[in-house]
Amino acid sequence: MAETFPVDGSRAKLALERHSGAGIAVWRWAGTAALIAVAVVLPFTLSNYHVFQLTQVMIYAIAVLGLNILTGYNGQISLGHGGFFAAGAYTAAILMHRYGVPYWATLLPAALVCFALGVLFGLPALRFEGPYLALVTLAMAFAMPQLLKYFDNWTGGKQGLVLTKPMPPPGLGIDRDRWLYLFVLVVLLVAIRVAANLLNGRTGRAFVAIRDHPIAAAAMGINTARYKTLAFGTSTLFTGVAGALAAIVIGFVAPESFTLFLSLSFLIGSAVGGIATIGGAIVGGFFIEFVPNFANDISDAAPWAIYGLTMLLFMYVMPRGVVGTLGPWLGHAIPSLDRRAAPPNDTNVKGGL
Amino acid sequence: MHQFLQQIFSGLAAGAVYASLALALVMIYRATDLVNFAQGEMAMFSTYIAWTLVNAGLPFWAAFVITLAASFVGGMLIERIVIRPVENAPILTAVVVTIGLLLIFNATAGWIYSYTLQEFPSPFPDRTLFGALMTTRDVGVIAVTLVMLVALFCFFRFTATGLAMRAAAQNPDSARLCGVRVGRMLALGWGFAAAIGAVAGIMVAPILFLDPNMMGGVLLYAFTGALLGGITSPVGAVIGGLIVGVTENLVGTYLIASQLKLTVALLLIIIVLVFRPNGLFGTAVVRRV
Repeated sequence: MAETFPVDGSRAKLALERHSGAGIAVWRWAGTAALIAVAVVLPFTLSNYHVFQLTQVMIYAIAVLGLNILTGYNGQISLGHGGFFAAGAYTAAILMHRYGVPYWATLLPAALVCFALGVLFGLPALRFEGPYLALVTLAMAFAMPQLLKYFDNWTGGKQGLVLTKPMPPPGLGIDRDRWLYLFVLVVLLVAIRVAANLLNGRTGRAFVAIRDHPIAAAAMGINTARYKTLAFGTSTLFTGVAGALAAIVIGFVAPESFTLFLSLSFLIGSAVGGIATIGGAIVGGFFIEFVPNFANDISDAAPWAIYGLTMLLFMYVMPRGVVGTLGPWLGHAIPSLDRRAAPPNDTNVKGGL
Repeated sequence: MHQFLQQIFSGLAAGAVYASLALALVMIYRATDLVNFAQGEMAMFSTYIAWTLVNAGLPFWAAFVITLAASFVGGMLIERIVIRPVENAPILTAVVVTIGLLLIFNATAGWIYSYTLQEFPSPFPDRTLFGALMTTRDVGVIAVTLVMLVALFCFFRFTATGLAMRAAAQNPDSARLCGVRVGRMLALGWGFAAAIGAVAGIMVAPILFLDPNMMGGVLLYAFTGALLGGITSPVGAVIGGLIVGVTENLVGTYLIASQLKLTVALLLIIIVLVFRPNGLFGTAVVRRV
């Protein structure tokens, strides 16, 4: 994992920042505000179907963000995040279906359940290195639909659970699809903020140190067991919340939605966007939502083929993903973005695999 | 008691298939230090080749031999074209690449042959032996696996190429200094693995029926067998595969319903990794800091 990248011109960047720190902060805030404004206005210019698709994109982005925390920043490979997505979705669905909990109140329980599951799974995973963890999580991805069908008292078995779609608050004057879009957008923004705070701080540095050199990290006083478990729990928390959102937005959960293909979708979304980036998750979300749809028009086999070819292509040509590769370049082109794209002490974080 | 013995024998036959695939995994792990997640799909694709040949009117064993040869060449090509560029890449890259191969093989098979189940002919007559204790099919599968194992053992033990391959896997740098063409040996390793996988696929196809997704469960059990035996040990892989086959059959008959088959594999993998990460016959990895 320890790939060192040239710290090209980071001193110059640092100097630049010192001289115009205030200006950069203003530009950053303005840019972020503009992006959010566009995201809020966008659904009112699109058809219902497109709004639904964009909502899905954001849900996938949250799930991929979770995977990025674990695999990209902490170096633990998971091929089974679809399983945790399913756990979140079923937690929300069971709470809504059996206990009549309002949809917005299911996110927190889903987050807690998936955090706990992630920590439980992460504890034995401490002993599994690299390919072994990939193997265990792959087995989980295979086993998930079976397990969901088996416990049919809770999960509704093969038929799954049909949920009533939530209504927008009365008096707001927007329809259900747009309300759900905004609801998911808020969760996505919170998720990005939380992830950024976590990853750009002490915890994130510990994650990256463990990924790049576990022994050196331990020698520096990082409690590797604790941080690896924490990375697992946080990662599954994000993915589980995404699963809960998916259950709410689609209004239906069934075992066959959570197959190996879903888990591999997260992996490829992560690889395409940039596995050790936050922004890459959004690119990944777009990829997962739109590419299989287009491919399905060609043939039944095409989505898998395109996934496979994309995986090989990205590993050979662009192992750091779209955002991991273009981000630093963009940072050079637009100095105001520099601090976000490549903080001087953080070069490795953005470095990718 | 009779049923118990019966289950053990049919478990051994299933185990022989897992053992073959586990052996293929171990060969690749020893040669190129990576876990080949595409092994099952490669075997599935080989089986489709055999199916095409048999349907074209070739006798079974001729199709069998041609398929093995084709798989061997295919495996070498994959190593050369797909794996060589990422030989020294981080683990994640290697994992993603083999997963990519898995998807490509699965999709290609689905594209060419569609996703419908196909019947695959068994080369062995369907009769029972020793008072219905075992079937001729089970005995045939076990016999084919044994013949293959003995042939492989002789190859690695008694031929110069076999020795060179072992050297290249164990210590590539020293082997290269001794004049062994390491790259070629690694490609050979992939070729052998692909051919061994093809045997596993052809043996299991009459039982499972042929479809592009047939190897998913088999691959998981093969992984379990390889881990149980120790992923660095070929002998271990075979014994591990057999143990897993018998365990699966007994658990499926006496303990849990068979719809949780894959969950059993998951549990076995976790148990092995937690309690005996190096397997029964594997060597512990000592790392220099």
